[in-house]
Amino acid sequence: MNILLEILYLFIFPGFLFILGFGLFAEYMDRKIYARIQRRVGPPFLQPLADTIKLMAKEDFVPEKADKLILTLVPIFSLAAVIAAFLYIPVVSANSLYSFEGDLIVALYLLMIPTLALFLGGWYSGNIFGQEGGMRVASLLFSYEIPFFLALLVPALISGTWDMTGIVLYMNNHWLVFPFIFLGFVIAVISLQGKLERLPFDIPEAETEIVAGPLAEFSGRRLALLRLARDAEMVVGAGLIAVVFLGGPEPLISIEPHYISWIIGALVFLLKTLFVIFLLILMKSAVARIRVDQMVNFTYKWLIPLSLLQMLLVIVVRFGGWLP
Amino acid sequence: MIWLANVKIPIGPQHPALKEPENFTITLDGEKVVDADIRIGYTHRGIEKLIETRNYIQNLYLIERICGICSFTHTQNYVQNVETILNIQIPRRAEYIRTLFLELERLHSHLLWMGVAGHEIGFDTLFMYTWQDRELVQDILEFISGNRVNYAMNTIGGVRRDISEDQKKKILETMIYLEKRAAYYKEVAVNEKTILARCQGVGILKPEIALKLSAVGPTARASGVDVDIRRDDPHAAYADTPFQVITTDTCDVFGRFVVRVLELFESINIIRHLMNNLPTGEIKAKAPRKVPEGEAISHTEAPRGEDIHYLRSNGTDKPERYKVRTPTMANLLSISEMLKGTYLADVPIIVAGIDPCMGCMDRVLVLKEGKENQPGYLLDWEHLRRYGIQWYAEKGGRIQ
Repeated sequence: MNILLEILYLFIFPGFLFILGFGLFAEYMDRKIYARIQRRVGPPFLQPLADTIKLMAKEDFVPEKADKLILTLVPIFSLAAVIAAFLYIPVVSANSLYSFEGDLIVALYLLMIPTLALFLGGWYSGNIFGQEGGMRVASLLFSYEIPFFLALLVPALISGTWDMTGIVLYMNNHWLVFPFIFLGFVIAVISLQGKLERLPFDIPEAETEIVAGPLAEFSGRRLALLRLARDAEMVVGAGLIAVVFLGGPEPLISIEPHYISWIIGALVFLLKTLFVIFLLILMKSAVARIRVDQMVNFTYKWLIPLSLLQMLLVIVVRFGGWLP
Repeated sequence: MIWLANVKIPIGPQHPALKEPENFTITLDGEKVVDADIRIGYTHRGIEKLIETRNYIQNLYLIERICGICSFTHTQNYVQNVETILNIQIPRRAEYIRTLFLELERLHSHLLWMGVAGHEIGFDTLFMYTWQDRELVQDILEFISGNRVNYAMNTIGGVRRDISEDQKKKILETMIYLEKRAAYYKEVAVNEKTILARCQGVGILKPEIALKLSAVGPTARASGVDVDIRRDDPHAAYADTPFQVITTDTCDVFGRFVVRVLELFESINIIRHLMNNLPTGEIKAKAPRKVPEGEAISHTEAPRGEDIHYLRSNGTDKPERYKVRTPTMANLLSISEMLKGTYLADVPIIVAGIDPCMGCMDRVLVLKEGKENQPGYLLDWEHLRRYGIQWYAEKGGRIQ
């Protein structure tokens, strides 16, 4: 591998810079569409970037009772984990640079790190609201991680590979299977909403109850990094769903020279990801926040049994030989 | 689940769930509320004392500023008190215009409450929708009186501005639109699953306890207590106006939601009736500046419940004593009852459920004097100053 190309891949596209830019754009889209649905004007295009720059320039402050080391490491770990997860997602074509058998599992595990880091951040913030929020993060972790994992394993089951490249190729060649995994897609989107702690599952940082939860004592550049990590997590989560369920970046036709088909592939990937994010925004604007016990009930009573049912369906269809 | 046992969480004096500073100290067992302690006194403004220093006309504007939302109901009480002592007859047209304002105020107050309630349970879309419709009511108020919040409409002996045919037409047109919106909110409140999940069975207040704790207004009516000053002791033009008193028997936040939504329809109908039957004639009777010695008490149905004012005059142009009991004061006690056994997540919506208006109700807090360096020890000004200087000196100065 050309070292220059590798640096380009890691730092510019589709690595660090691209994911940050795309994350900020997704935040803009989130805020703007949310505002338009509520009949507000919404923020200008560069507002998320301006917010980030403003926060970066703020005073560097950690409360006396908080653990400074942990509060510094939490945002860095979150952002790093999310960006690392993004490197395994095929962006321009079915072949991602670091693709290997099982990269789906690695991406899923990397996406779990921000949640755990947030719990630590809340717990060590020395603030009662932060601790309560951290507790809520920890209590709710499994109620959305399990259905999210189960739902994302459905495409892997149907295509018979743990490799995202393989899943993308399979989905593009057999796009008629989508009705069979539609339920899984819905479950994945709902549990991604929970993973991102957005309405109706924004219980850990419920503003009117526990102020900002784990984020209460983060300020300045730490908060900026955490916000960036959150934006990037939204993009990576949505991208993951777009790749495994919606067929990812593969353009339907192959065009020479290959970089044109790469551009088309990247655009297709972006559109599919934005579509998933759009679903997240719609969900957010139509509901009220539910309670901890209600969320646990909802996921264990509905989401997990439904995702098991979905897996059963896929197994039956696949090994029954009824796949289209 | 992982539990935190017996943690005290301070909701307030500064907290996003509260729009005004008061303190609710919640003792938690995990997510469950074990005990709730209410402490008021953070936003006391000394208005009652201030009233004694101003003459009767100046007091109109002061009393209007007791509340930023139900300002008219306070002046209504005040002018009723003064008019009772002066013993003057008010023109019918003025009574109708006053009733119109009371009802417009109820409309925008209930719309505002729905928005706040939506925000407390994280439903910001509802918040934005209701507040947009509330603007229409405020536009009418501005169109008639020139002001959105403190209308300065009431004066002793009548009202200060008349309603023209144009204004009447615009009011009736807006009512058509608002009725559609109210129907939509009713639909949302009854059908939206997440609202139901958050409001049903939350903040239970049984009728007998509501009576015992003297709950008033929509809070009491949602607990099945059939009270409404508009019907029980008609003031202004309510005696001529047909309307229903809405009650529910669910005793929870959902009931309070439903009562307020249905009251929107009643208010719209009352406004229509008033506009279609507006009597002609004068809008103001002449009133002297000095008020003879006497006592009067008056109550009105504010959007939040029964609002009581008491006036004692001594023959000069200034009141001798004025006393206000706003509906929030009456409802506040029931909060600690409603909070018991609920979840932390329900605290904001339960507190907001009575539609609290802290600034209107706040009272002076008298502390028992404790021993030196113990909680409750009172510092005089000189002592406090020295303490402050010493504290910052030990810390090494605030600004380095």
